[in-house]
Amino acid sequence: MELNKLSAMELQYHVEQLQGRYVECIDDDRLEQWPEFFTEDCIYKIISRENHERGLPAAAIFCDSRGMLVDRIVSLRNANVYAEHNYRHVLSNILIKGLNEGVISAQSNYLVLQTKTDGATDIYNAGKYLDKIVADGDVLKFKGKIAIFDTHQIKSLLVTPI
Amino acid sequence: MNAVIDTTNGSLYWPIDDEAGHVPYGVFTDARIYEVEQERIFRGDNWSFIGLTAEIPDPGDFKATYIGDTPVIVTRDREGGINVMTNRCAHRGALVCRSARGNVDELECVYHQWKYDMQGKLIGVPFRRGLGGRGGMPEGFRMEQHGLDRLRVDTVGHLIFATFSDKVEPLKDYLGAVIVRHIERICHSPIRVLGDERQLVQGNWKLYAENTRDPYHASLLHLFHTTFGLYRSTQKGGSWMDGKKRHTVLTASQGTDEGNTEEYDGLRTFNAEFTLRDPSLLAGRKEFNDGVTLVILTTFPNLVLQQIANTLAVRQTVTKGPGQFELVWTQFGYEDDDEEMQNIRNKQGNLIGPAGLISMEDGEAVEIVHEAIIRDQEESSYIGMGGGKAEDTEHLVTESAVIGFWEYYRKTMHIEAEAS
Repeated sequence: MELNKLSAMELQYHVEQLQGRYVECIDDDRLEQWPEFFTEDCIYKIISRENHERGLPAAAIFCDSRGMLVDRIVSLRNANVYAEHNYRHVLSNILIKGLNEGVISAQSNYLVLQTKTDGATDIYNAGKYLDKIVADGDVLKFKGKIAIFDTHQIKSLLVTPI
Repeated sequence: MNAVIDTTNGSLYWPIDDEAGHVPYGVFTDARIYEVEQERIFRGDNWSFIGLTAEIPDPGDFKATYIGDTPVIVTRDREGGINVMTNRCAHRGALVCRSARGNVDELECVYHQWKYDMQGKLIGVPFRRGLGGRGGMPEGFRMEQHGLDRLRVDTVGHLIFATFSDKVEPLKDYLGAVIVRHIERICHSPIRVLGDERQLVQGNWKLYAENTRDPYHASLLHLFHTTFGLYRSTQKGGSWMDGKKRHTVLTASQGTDEGNTEEYDGLRTFNAEFTLRDPSLLAGRKEFNDGVTLVILTTFPNLVLQQIANTLAVRQTVTKGPGQFELVWTQFGYEDDDEEMQNIRNKQGNLIGPAGLISMEDGEAVEIVHEAIIRDQEESSYIGMGGGKAEDTEHLVTESAVIGFWEYYRKTMHIEAEAS
């Protein structure tokens, strides 16, 4: 895919498809496939707006390779102890902010609803994605994905990626 | 022998024996006990942690926080002094600081614009002498009688503590020599705050106080600790308390139990098959010459100071009723950290906090206890690992500091044992 040959509408379409497939993968609990949305040398970060706006680095999750994403999922499946739950992401306001040297800068709002085994659904995390997206053959991948969350009081714990 | 404690539903008997510690479950769930805790513990004769000096470095800086559930403000005044006041206007009781932090010339209540200096002294009252001869404050109104309520404040290392009590001993005496030494060990040079994380846990605050005084659970609940040797009960380490057994320091040294871990064979948390695709997560650097790689230091009632590998953090407990508390994590490094060390701390931040590969599980442990103990208030736990006594130990197969916590808890809550 040659990004600079795409029209603005085509670019928007491909980015929306990527975002949609990304959150569907998490919501459907196909987490083993989740790292494949990223390039090998990606940055993935979940950080509070409170820290991000002060320029402070402390993140809830910070990975600087696809290997670290794989480790997070292996850990979630085999090591960590947490309450069973499902996510439902709601995306909106998907905007393309620029295309420079093969890297698309995009952002979108997200809402993560969480449902535990008692069946109650809560607003778990609200925030904004800042994405750096590149073409890898025929598909788009995230070279960078930062989830900046407003909900800085995390309910219980955070184990499933956003 | 029993102690008796008043609850919403009458009296609760607290079994006391020499073999082990017991805690009746009503102590974690009862609303009346929670109310008494606010008066005797958080507003009583104890020092509470409220922040790091590096959070308010400059004159005019403030931070709003809580002691128990009472809102307080900590400020840096023009002379560089640290002040702690109740966050409540002396006029009609409104919150004075409504932001979590900031820098201001003076503190101003939005309701009627009463103004205070950074030490809490009242310096401005609009229409104090009335308007055009009408209104105004009474003759006897004295500005100096209407300041913010001030708390005693003191620091050890970079940690700020405050108390509502006039009676409690000076901070360093309250903490004791062992605790002060370990705080100063971590606070050896100026620090830089790396950010906050906040975790709302659905459980009683004392379940977390138990958890952080308990080296027995750490290698059994947390697979990351055990499998990667960040912490194992087979390591060299121990559990030490202050003279009144209210504060604890647990230490462990990585690399002191190689070839000595056969006791972990067959346990869920020791999984030799589990390897990291990207081992850079655990590629740390030796920081302290004493070889100690893990410190969990707790001070009664609301602080954990931790060193886990190269992560440094304080965790402050803010109570929100008997069934909920907020855990505020503030990570820090040193001002002179080089770039490599900054990267190590950022990456190892994955181990701690609400999404921490290790720490997330402590929130879960608290919640599964709280959910199970909601009834049967007279039933009690059994705390006996290591001999069931509140003694210092030079090993990590113990719950002794948990027993120490409860002994002091009963004292500070005035819960007396009855003669049998």
